[in-house]
Amino acid sequence: MKGIGASPGIAIGKALVIKKQANFVTGIPLETSDDVRREIQKFELAVTSATEEIRAIGGNQEFLEIQIELLQDEQIRADVVGKITADNKNANDAVIEVIEQALETFRNLKDEYFSARAADVQDAGNRILRHLNGSLSITPAVTEENTVIIAEDISPSDAITLDITKVTGIATQAGSRTSHAAIIAKARGIAAVVGCGTGLHSIKTNDPVIVDGTEGLVIVRPSQIILDEYIFLKEAFGKQAALLSSLKDVAATTTDGVTVKLLANISGADEMELSLSYGSEGSGLLRTELLFMGKDALPGEEEQFGFYKGIALKAMGRPVIVRTLDIGGDKQLPYFNLPAEQNPSLGYRAIRICLDRKDIFITQLRAILRASIFGDLRIMLPMISNVQEIRRAREILQEVKADLASAGVAFNKDIALGIMIEIPSAAVTADILAKEVDFFSIGTNDLCQYTLAVDRMNEQVKHLYDPFNPGVLRLIQHVVEQGDKYGIHTGMCGELAGDVSATLLLLGMGLREFSMSAASIPFVKNIILHNSVATAREICRKVMGMDSSQEIIHYLREEGKQ
Amino acid sequence: MIAKDYLITAAEGLHARPATNLIRVVKRYKSATVLKKGDRTVKLNSMLNILSMALKGGDTITILVEGEDEAEASAAIEAFFKEELKHL
Repeated sequence: MKGIGASPGIAIGKALVIKKQANFVTGIPLETSDDVRREIQKFELAVTSATEEIRAIGGNQEFLEIQIELLQDEQIRADVVGKITADNKNANDAVIEVIEQALETFRNLKDEYFSARAADVQDAGNRILRHLNGSLSITPAVTEENTVIIAEDISPSDAITLDITKVTGIATQAGSRTSHAAIIAKARGIAAVVGCGTGLHSIKTNDPVIVDGTEGLVIVRPSQIILDEYIFLKEAFGKQAALLSSLKDVAATTTDGVTVKLLANISGADEMELSLSYGSEGSGLLRTELLFMGKDALPGEEEQFGFYKGIALKAMGRPVIVRTLDIGGDKQLPYFNLPAEQNPSLGYRAIRICLDRKDIFITQLRAILRASIFGDLRIMLPMISNVQEIRRAREILQEVKADLASAGVAFNKDIALGIMIEIPSAAVTADILAKEVDFFSIGTNDLCQYTLAVDRMNEQVKHLYDPFNPGVLRLIQHVVEQGDKYGIHTGMCGELAGDVSATLLLLGMGLREFSMSAASIPFVKNIILHNSVATAREICRKVMGMDSSQEIIHYLREEGKQ
Repeated sequence: MIAKDYLITAAEGLHARPATNLIRVVKRYKSATVLKKGDRTVKLNSMLNILSMALKGGDTITILVEGEDEAEASAAIEAFFKEELKHL
């Protein structure tokens, strides 16, 4: 079946289907006292095997401990057994009712932390039900080599619990090139196809599957002929990858002598290290959300300091652009209860939260500043829409610096402060904003979403999400030009930066810094090495004269073949 | 039966981790232990129950212990609130 190739490469392996199943009340009453005894026993067994499942994951993360405690909870046990014996409910129905009642209580709690525990209770309930009904686990331990994950979608929290080391490929029903599944797969060099649709339902765990992330294909139970062909293709891809990795230490210089900086988008110290093996020259985007996710409460200054310091050390003097907290929108935190919004992408998120909740922002800035003596850390503010936000953020940064200085704490007092250009107003007023900051970084994913008024997660309109729309390209070109004019550094950290069909166009616009998934770096570098800035300018001139993205994409694809 | 009032001193309240420790203390004894805050009373042998009380720093609660080893149990619970909670 056909999907969207989200991370190149070929995976041949066995399927592991991850299901988010709905729970149904069966309504079948128990008739005899034997039935009652049997249902209680079934419940006890389900609790035991659910607990073992969690123990098998290992580690002492807090959410795992809460799971074990809730699975073994005496109140839940007493209530379930009560419903089975007194109301003649079967175990499945009893568990559903007890969990539903508990959730009702939690949803009504005013405190953010405690009401967010509803998710833990729900998780524990679902886990018991799965074991009760003998179905597979949601976040199973990946035990076999060459596992291909088949899922509806991969949420940020799945990404944390999923052990990815033995996964060779990912195929998801929903999602787009910029969904979390795609981002994770690219960062780890795993083949992935997203947006496959409901056809994926036909795949069962242990089915032989091929995921072709380059072409966007998923093949279930392949015939021997197709399998042989893919074994050949996989080898060829491996050879090409080997060729590309030989470019690791080569500078990305065009045939007419212009050197471009290629950086990696990362989420942690391990990805920083991994990106160096692809030849990254630092990080143009360090996402700090992982630090805030999968936790019970906001991370403190020490924890954050350790995180930034670890990355600075792994970067070994290379620049690392730290994006300050970018939650809200599709990224939620369980303990930080953001109100449900009509329009989350246009709502309370990123810098808007930071300027409102100064305490959160200050803690992060203090940690970054303290870690700044261990490398070349730079600060980047997301979702800037006007000049006041920059000024306000700078004021807070100055306060934090003054505090640290008076306490005698060491930090880089000249730390660079830049902004993401991802809101159209910021792109249009790049000349105004350039006077206020040290650098720009163009975030093409959100810039495209906001410019075209397209929610890239919405299945019905995602085909309209198109970074080659002339409107988006004009904004990008304007930002690069204004950055040059005012002598500030402009980079790009959106998906477009790693899209090989856009490399020459962006180079022609004058972009000299590209930050992308580490695995894309060799491909982009290969293009830069074989072309000149003169050619790139010519391509850019032609593209900017075209009137539709269809024409642009077609032209760039033809150019790419030469 | 022994009844004692406690003030929650941990600023962020009785979160999951300290709640786990409290349950472990309670389960060491045979006595039945309940927690009372305002007009709600719950058994103290359950994570679900403790979390559902949403105990925050500054809240006052009453803990009632009843059973053959109530004196020891009550002393252990007191030690938890007065000492252990500070280090969690």
